[in-house]
Amino acid sequence: MLDSDIWYSFCRSPVTIASALLTILFFIGALFAPYVAPFNPFDLASIDIMDASLPPFWQEGGSTKFWLGTDDQGRDMWSTIIFGARVSLFVGFASVIFSIIMGVGLGLVSGYVGGRLDALIMRIADIQLSFPAILIALLIDGVARSVLPRSMHEEVAFYVLIFAIGISGWVQYARTVRGSTLVEKNKEYVQAARVIGIGPAIILLRHILPNVMGPVLVIATIHLAIAVITEATLSFLGVGVPPTTPSLGTLIRVGNDYLFSGEWWITIFPGIALVLLVLAINLLGDWLRDALNPKLR
Amino acid sequence: MSLLDIKEMRVEFPSRRGHVVAVESLTLNVEPGEILGVVGESGAGKSTIGNAVIGLLEPPGQMTAGEVYLDGTRIDNLDDAAKRRIRGARIGMIFQDPLTSLDPLQTIERQLVDTIQMHLDLDQAQARARAVELLDAVGIPDPNIRIEQYPHQFSGGMRQRVVIALALCADPEMIIADEPTTALDVSVQAQILDLMKGLCRDRNVGMILITHDMGVIAETADRVAVMYRGRVVETGKTEQIMGTPVHDYTKSLISAVPRPEKRLHRFPLVTYIEDATELGDTLDLATHWLGQTRDYEGEDGDLLQADNLHMRFVTRHSFFAKHRLYLDAVDDVSFSIKTGEVFGLVGESGSGKSTVARMITGIYTPTGGTIRFAGADLTALKSRKEAAPWRRQMQMIFQDPFSSLNGRMRVRDIIAEPIHFHKMASSKDEAEQIVHDLLDVVGLGAQAAQKFPHEFSGGQRQRISIARALATRPRFLICDEPTSALDVSIQAQVLNLLKDLQQELGLTMLFISHDLPVIRQICDRVGVMRHGKLLEVAETENLFEDPQHDYTKHLLDLMPKFVGFQELTA
Repeated sequence: MLDSDIWYSFCRSPVTIASALLTILFFIGALFAPYVAPFNPFDLASIDIMDASLPPFWQEGGSTKFWLGTDDQGRDMWSTIIFGARVSLFVGFASVIFSIIMGVGLGLVSGYVGGRLDALIMRIADIQLSFPAILIALLIDGVARSVLPRSMHEEVAFYVLIFAIGISGWVQYARTVRGSTLVEKNKEYVQAARVIGIGPAIILLRHILPNVMGPVLVIATIHLAIAVITEATLSFLGVGVPPTTPSLGTLIRVGNDYLFSGEWWITIFPGIALVLLVLAINLLGDWLRDALNPKLR
Repeated sequence: MSLLDIKEMRVEFPSRRGHVVAVESLTLNVEPGEILGVVGESGAGKSTIGNAVIGLLEPPGQMTAGEVYLDGTRIDNLDDAAKRRIRGARIGMIFQDPLTSLDPLQTIERQLVDTIQMHLDLDQAQARARAVELLDAVGIPDPNIRIEQYPHQFSGGMRQRVVIALALCADPEMIIADEPTTALDVSVQAQILDLMKGLCRDRNVGMILITHDMGVIAETADRVAVMYRGRVVETGKTEQIMGTPVHDYTKSLISAVPRPEKRLHRFPLVTYIEDATELGDTLDLATHWLGQTRDYEGEDGDLLQADNLHMRFVTRHSFFAKHRLYLDAVDDVSFSIKTGEVFGLVGESGSGKSTVARMITGIYTPTGGTIRFAGADLTALKSRKEAAPWRRQMQMIFQDPFSSLNGRMRVRDIIAEPIHFHKMASSKDEAEQIVHDLLDVVGLGAQAAQKFPHEFSGGQRQRISIARALATRPRFLICDEPTSALDVSIQAQVLNLLKDLQQELGLTMLFISHDLPVIRQICDRVGVMRHGKLLEVAETENLFEDPQHDYTKHLLDLMPKFVGFQELTA
């Protein structure tokens, strides 16, 4: 019943269909980047420095071989964008999952146990909310860089980034889940489980968790867009992923240096890709929120 | 020409899975000063009539045929602005829940005066004077003072009086009351009904009283229209419908109402309703799973003994003890339940009866007193592990069948959960078999196991609840208002099922209800609770024939006097 209602509302919204298609294209591109992209931008053997800074094919001097042009090192822009989106989406997904696990877990415990533990968790959440997420991510990134030896930077950079973005986003999940848990725990099916004698851990996981996941799904979709943006911002500032595996943010930063010397395509195309990706995910999230909200149906 | 004339009304709710016809070829009329009762079960389309008349159908609902005349002028084809002028000015509305039909952020005065000024050409002082007058008329003491208060400073019954005053603001010719007393306690209900009756008579106002409660209709309405699935199956004078109903559905509906005045062996069944399945043959306990390995003695005497139970909730938290506020929900309650007995707890909302049940099952830990079950002191048990064997022996059936089943689990998993938890089956197949047996016992059939709760009606869900409670082979069953959320025809079925199971399995039962007629049919002994205190405990028949406590007498007086139609059932 519910599923078919959602499908119905999906089919009636052309914007949603378009953004879903775009999102799927991005996901396919990201998953199968080595097969989809015409070149492997990380394969040094295939890069020819003579191809550096070629414009897109419709401009003077461009070729259809590199239809979006090449960057300063002669890498095909189209391929680097596909590989960059792969990195961006990977970091985005991983940090959203990190946020969900942390936020949902703390929210469940906070709402179900209540009392002092609840007060403690929620005050920490309040304090964290008073800092911008990007600041927290920067802080963690900075701490990790100064604590870890320089040789390790490259290999742990990914995990630090995921941790930094993930931990800056858990509060929203925790608050939402706590609220729903407070409602659910007083419902009679939870009391029935308690009358049977079932312990709190199983009640939380088997009974309450499935009933509070609806809003989490919606937040996660919109949060994915935010995480991708945060990653791009950090990478643009130079504290994100290592330059050897550039994400969309890194590409924009690198291209930025060439913007005023006329090679605009190096930064503009990754920028457009980022905007399209985030926009599509956001529109999808908005639709999902409305479709799952019975009041707006 | 009557005051209100509804001719051949048809209301449809178009959806993408076809049109739902909520009301079909409905013809009704109301005279000035007359109360027309519209009675029917949930989904019969009663409320839709009221909403259609005042033009407040929820989209996408629409009136697709028929005409509505108010005092000779057709009103159903007016535009929105004209309909708005009629609402409030000529047709007043009284809703079910007084807690939500007043704006909590505005004083009573603001709400009344605004409404009065919207419809009548009066200045501030005149409007206020009229508001005070109305409050006085609906029986609110000190209306001059109370008019400046906010809704939360009024009790439920008082709020409903304010809602009635609001409906009367512009001297309407017609009032539509949609379940006006369903959310209220019995004692308040009687007062509100008296008030509405008096107002209609004195002001010559016509009223449509929409309700599911036959008792309310019998006491209040002049004429009755019985609705079933969007159609009026029978109309007539109240005495005639109650005494000599013609239609089968009306007969079933009336006979299913629990009788307050005598105890019957079992409830007459509503044969007109299709899912009326009964516990077929008597269970053969020797071979049936429910009868096997009953691992406790068939001892006599008291199974449950509660001594000086006390439950105190903190209503305002504070770091300092002296700033905290408490509510004593249960105060010094002692009673005992004999093995094999059905013990009733009766009381109005907030009397603490559900809290008692939740203390016994361990959902709440009492702040004082002891609970002894089969000789063991439950309040002394420290861990869940220690309590588990006792938990298994007592189970509970909850009030609201829509929230007592986890909507994300299949019925099979819901019923199997206690079986697995208490390791009552050695294999998955055995558990599956037990689930099927249980579903058979409660009259649903094994194929129900694969479905989700939302695929069932309220009564069927309550049967699932019962199956889950039986799954641990309990000896003690607590029923907390098990039928108050159900229609009367379904209530009769569920109560019969509970009664049969209690007798077949020799269950001991604690039966909690606010409904005295139900209590009389089910219970052996009854305790009366009020404000957290247990006032009186007596054998059921003694209590009903010769009540000792003043409050019990008061409650019995308020019981709807619903007689008639006896000769037809006898």
